[in-house]
Amino acid sequence: MQDRPSAKKLLAAARAFLTETAMPQLSGHAAFHARVAGNVLDILARELELAPGFNKAEQARLESLLGETGDLVTLNRKLCEKIATGEMDLSNDALKTHLIKVTMGKLAIDQPRYQGYKTAQANGWSEEELGE
Amino acid sequence: MQQFESLMAALCARRFDAPLAHLKRLSGGASQESWTFVCDGKAYVLRRNPRGVQTSQTALPKASESAIIGAAADAGIAVPQVSFVCDETDGIGEAYVMDFIEGETIARKILRDAEFDHVRPGLAAQCGEMLAALHAIKVTPDVGGLPDLPFSDAAGELEKYAGFLKADLSGNGVHPYPVFELAIKWLADNIPNPRAPALVHGDFRNGNIMVSPEDGLVALLDWELAHIGDPMEDLGWPCVPSWRFGQHHLPVGGFGQREDLYAAYRKAGGEIDEKAIRFWEILGTLKWGIICGVLMVSAFESGADPSIERGSIGRRASETEIDLLRMLLGED
Repeated sequence: MQDRPSAKKLLAAARAFLTETAMPQLSGHAAFHARVAGNVLDILARELELAPGFNKAEQARLESLLGETGDLVTLNRKLCEKIATGEMDLSNDALKTHLIKVTMGKLAIDQPRYQGYKTAQANGWSEEELGE
Repeated sequence: MQQFESLMAALCARRFDAPLAHLKRLSGGASQESWTFVCDGKAYVLRRNPRGVQTSQTALPKASESAIIGAAADAGIAVPQVSFVCDETDGIGEAYVMDFIEGETIARKILRDAEFDHVRPGLAAQCGEMLAALHAIKVTPDVGGLPDLPFSDAAGELEKYAGFLKADLSGNGVHPYPVFELAIKWLADNIPNPRAPALVHGDFRNGNIMVSPEDGLVALLDWELAHIGDPMEDLGWPCVPSWRFGQHHLPVGGFGQREDLYAAYRKAGGEIDEKAIRFWEILGTLKWGIICGVLMVSAFESGADPSIERGSIGRRASETEIDLLRMLLGED
């Protein structure tokens, strides 16, 4: 177990330093990169909070879809093979639901403000779940 | 920079017999450098490969790019006139000099700023008209006077990008992207019917079209990906959701409707194949996803470009995954 402060609190402090102290003193390309760095810290903060639960949900669905166990990369590679050969496609409801949820989970971490994500939400697409 | 500036001063003296003034780097363009300068009372743009070096295998040599821009100008397409292609005496690498044109290329400004309000509704039709004129250019070598150009059609482009996905550039095994696999399968099953090959711009989208508040579309830039192929490619690429910059309800570049693009293309003599355009929209979305998630990430992780900008763009691959899923489920 790591000691305090938590990763979440440290990230928030780094973000605050970037936004409140560093960025006002920068201009041009450096200011642009500082803004990008801020966005990256936001991705990391969301990933820290959401990814452990998302990964468990993804793992459980992949095991059920493929009927086997393994790590996430191995299972996803197997899924890719089955899609590439045409053994599985979007007419398979379980696959469709899985890909929607896993992709919605990626967007919730990477780009929650992306309009394609918001459109999918408005169309009633299911969000990724926090697995047990 | 100082060395470059003195090379440019020498270039101006030799080419224009006049002094160099106001040399300035334009922002943007990771694959291309653009510089503006003034010489003998006239404004020019220098376009060159980063640090003058040929970087991408897919980009055309500057001499070919310049020849195509000339052919496009002859066909009545609005392009900046190329003054000359730089040679070894100029000593600045692969580059050419063209006339400076007044206009905006930044999508967010074109899509949001009030000064573009009254030209925006006509842009999709202007694009259709311009593309019809481009695709009408004769491509038979003995007639058109075009330089040797690469040929790439639907199957060729799909194979190229599917190859990048499976290339294992990092050496740690191929990263699995199930949604990309789904798109590749759909595309392989839906290769468009062959049609007469045309001169394809290859990068017709926001960022490469120049818009003025008075006249709308005033120039088509950045011809380095021009090739001979399926003309429907140029009608699908501008409709890729990633180029809509928050205006998802307007599929053509965030400024127009497909119907307006198609109608103007037909009216100017072009033939539309909506099924083929759909193929190119989906392939375009996949291409951008693979560029972000594979090519950019490889450049970042290998240390070739360790910048935060290059690294963060990898996390935009998921944007194209949600778009691909929506497209494959018939929702965009």
